[in-house]
Amino acid sequence: MSIQVIMSQALLGLNVGVFYAMLSLGLAVIFGLLNIINFAHGAMYMLGAFVALIGYSYLDQWFGINLQIGFWASLIVVPLVVGGLGILIERTMLKRLYQLDHIYGLLLTFGITLILQGLFANFFNVSGTPYPGQPESLSGVVNLGFMYFPTYRLFAIVFSLVVCFGTWYVIEHTKLGSRLRAGVENPQLTQTFGLNVPLMVTLTFGFGAALAGLAGVLAAPIYSVSPLMGADLIIVVFAVVVIGGMGSIMGAILSGLALGLVEGLTKVIYPPAASTVIFFLMVLVLLFRPAGLFGKEK
Amino acid sequence: MLNKVMKGIVGAVGLASVALPLTATAELSDDKVKIGVLSDMSGVYKSLEGPGAVIAAEMAIEDFGGTVLDRPIEIISADHQNKPDIGASTAREWIDDKQVDMLTALDNSSVALAVQGLAKDKKIITMNTGAGTTALTEEQCSPYGIHYVYDTHALPVGTATAMVKNGGEKWFFITADYAFGHSLRDNTGAVVESLGGEVVGNVNAPLSTNDFSSYLLQAQASGADVIGLANAGQDTVNAIKQAQQFRIVQSGQKLAGMLVFITDVHSMGLEIAQGLQFTTAFVWNQDDDALQWSNRFYERHNAMPTMVHAGVYSAVTHYLEAVKAVGTDNSDAVRKQLGEMTLNDFFVKDGHIAANGSMFHDMYLVEVKKPSESESEWDLLEVVSRIPADTAYIPVSESACSLVSES
Amino acid sequence: MMNRILFAVMLVAGLTAPFYAYPVFVMDLLCFALFACAFNLLLGYAGLLSFGHAAFFGGAAYIAGYSIKAWGFPPLIGILTGTGFALILGFAFGYLAIRRQGIYFAMVTLALAQIIYFMALQMPFTGGENGLQGIPRGQLLGFIDLDSSLSMYYFVFGIFLVGFGIIQRTIHSPFGEVLQAIRENEARALSLGYDVDRFKLLAFVISATLAGLAGATKAVVFQFASLTNAHWQTSGEIILMTLVGGLGTVFGPVVGALTVGALSHELSSYGSWVQVILGTIFVICVLVFRRGIIGELARVMKKP
Repeated sequence: MSIQVIMSQALLGLNVGVFYAMLSLGLAVIFGLLNIINFAHGAMYMLGAFVALIGYSYLDQWFGINLQIGFWASLIVVPLVVGGLGILIERTMLKRLYQLDHIYGLLLTFGITLILQGLFANFFNVSGTPYPGQPESLSGVVNLGFMYFPTYRLFAIVFSLVVCFGTWYVIEHTKLGSRLRAGVENPQLTQTFGLNVPLMVTLTFGFGAALAGLAGVLAAPIYSVSPLMGADLIIVVFAVVVIGGMGSIMGAILSGLALGLVEGLTKVIYPPAASTVIFFLMVLVLLFRPAGLFGKEK
Repeated sequence: MLNKVMKGIVGAVGLASVALPLTATAELSDDKVKIGVLSDMSGVYKSLEGPGAVIAAEMAIEDFGGTVLDRPIEIISADHQNKPDIGASTAREWIDDKQVDMLTALDNSSVALAVQGLAKDKKIITMNTGAGTTALTEEQCSPYGIHYVYDTHALPVGTATAMVKNGGEKWFFITADYAFGHSLRDNTGAVVESLGGEVVGNVNAPLSTNDFSSYLLQAQASGADVIGLANAGQDTVNAIKQAQQFRIVQSGQKLAGMLVFITDVHSMGLEIAQGLQFTTAFVWNQDDDALQWSNRFYERHNAMPTMVHAGVYSAVTHYLEAVKAVGTDNSDAVRKQLGEMTLNDFFVKDGHIAANGSMFHDMYLVEVKKPSESESEWDLLEVVSRIPADTAYIPVSESACSLVSES
Repeated sequence: MMNRILFAVMLVAGLTAPFYAYPVFVMDLLCFALFACAFNLLLGYAGLLSFGHAAFFGGAAYIAGYSIKAWGFPPLIGILTGTGFALILGFAFGYLAIRRQGIYFAMVTLALAQIIYFMALQMPFTGGENGLQGIPRGQLLGFIDLDSSLSMYYFVFGIFLVGFGIIQRTIHSPFGEVLQAIRENEARALSLGYDVDRFKLLAFVISATLAGLAGATKAVVFQFASLTNAHWQTSGEIILMTLVGGLGTVFGPVVGALTVGALSHELSSYGSWVQVILGTIFVICVLVFRRGIIGELARVMKKP
């Protein structure tokens, strides 16, 4: 096996890894403040891709709006739309469940997942619709020496990394972040200091959803846009979260990236195991470090 | 010539002996003939069969006059979602509870094998127009199963032969990981090796894979001349498009789409697909008869027919003719009649159905036109050569089907 | 009192069903009803949300199907073999999963079930995407021909009653009472000296085994074991059925399975709208209707 093959598969693995990282980051942020695992996170990712697709191709045809939202605009518009939906869900539904067992939050978001998936499966082919809006400037190929790599994929990797580490910086090193962390540590105390914790919770949920939507936009030109694209991904991301532990933002990012790489390399070494390797790692982590690699035992 | 006459006489006598006593009573199992169209209505194969197959079947029934033996012909359709258990349980309910007399479409080999196996037990005729695997007429053949449009033997015979002769000797397969893909890969590999070529590697990709990049890079690293795509529909389209993104073809390797439909070419566009060679049973503008029917189909479906759409029309029509000829919808009698008929319409010329259920008819090796050669939106394919039925299909003498050795 | 009436209704309806309904469909419903009851034992009485129960249901279906088809086991022994597999798998899953609690427990079971799903996809004996086809129904006890849909039906109904009975016995035994005590307040149960983890594990194993019994039976009914049974969506559906019928009630899961099963069957021609409708029911149940049909019914009957 040549070093070339390993390098190129590793790069493709990283490509997958940035999506894991972005999604597990969003899950971790939401979990930190709400103690809820958002099953609909995969659906939000799917929704992001579809909003981009509809904005590009169907606005005129479906809604009679003579407007085309290009890829660059989508990077801003889509997270706003998806984040807005997230806020709506939090305000109208999730809010009612905070007094109950956290399991109900998971069940509710599972129901929402079914609705969103079913809705899009009605109007779009399950096997995927190509997103035609990839910008001309990114359509080329970069010669990396060991392989030709599509410029767009390289862009997606870099852009996602910037978003991930930017989020980490904001949460860990700014005033806004320190308030958030205070809200996580002790909501009652933070409230008495005059911070509006319910608002923080709502905005955080919206932000997490927006991150998933953003990941969806980035994924749209690479993978076809399909109603099921989020469902299969979210379960892997759950395993990523269990492996990383919910302890830290950085933990979520790093374990996402690392597990993408592991998956990519498994495709070279023993292809049939590629789809299960992350789950097996999860079993090992559970046996030897039940709280996860970066997690704290509660 | 003499042979043909003899066959005709034997056929006519056979027909009369079966038909005469039965037409007197005109037996139907119930007061109607019901045709079930079970297809992929929402997934990877939606555009190549799916809703279009229902339209083709409806057209066949309308053209037949809407009744047979003075009883109405009905149609029922459902989505098998590419899941064999859903396909089989739908078919089971149709047969047990809804009095379906014949099942058609059945694209997706896993579904096809499951349904044909069930229909065999229940003595119901299946006329498969969509699935590829040769297992339907070989190891798992059924006395009531007919494989109508193409199979995984007919496809590589034309395409792989042409590619190997042009210097593509080393092959790497990207295989859809289920019955159809495996069968196509094995049959293609056999053709390649019989011509002195070599299969250097294979990787199985799940059905409806979105990202083929990893598989394509493995294929690239293998040093093969040809990357054989043993998949179909949206999977083939995705693989070809992504090969473009990673500059696979520009780096000197060729892609061979082993099963390509005109709808795939249409969705890829000529810019990407031009020059691609593949095998098909039917091209909508191959002659005037075909053109005329296809235009009628286009008016209803807003897309030109694939070989499978045309096949559904042809299969339903011939089934109804057989029912009419024997005066009953009894599966044994109808199947016997179908085996004795010579099939002729815009889709098939001088076709016949062998004892193992394989429908023998000519196939075509086609090439995708250059953008400059295309005269209209759907004018995409040029026929390169005709592959006679005898070479396209597994000869009955070599069939592994138990029904053949019995007779 | 209400339970007795419901049991009588269930018995009569079950015995007469094949004369006015399509038997295969009713058998399908019965398998899911048993599956939902098994799931309810875990979530409704032990408070553990498993999102991976499809692994036991689907896994047992494969093992039962394979043992009948390839080794020529008679149907009853084949079903028991599949059930035994679910028991072992349940022990392995439970051993790993009870290390984490609450939502983590759900995620871990989901991820573990995904391993089984991918193994089912890739191991040669399962037939991958093709599924395990053509499982012979064979003869029960050597003389009852199960190819007749009537005898198959009563066989399935019998299995359902046995499974249902085991679950009732478990719930009303001292063991079941400890389980409910753990659900209500784990710390207190622990301080009373109960080995909480062992109780949870045992509940998990019983639930998994009976889910396996349901799956193995379904494989024989349809003569087919497939990936759909092992898919996470099936795990979700079973949660939905239990929730709709009534979590932690005796007949809730049965009513839920019948309701959801009949609904998806009736609506199947509407394609993906089924999913939208089921999802909406799910959301409504979680938000305002957490007791489910039977739970609400019981509340209304007690009131006046």
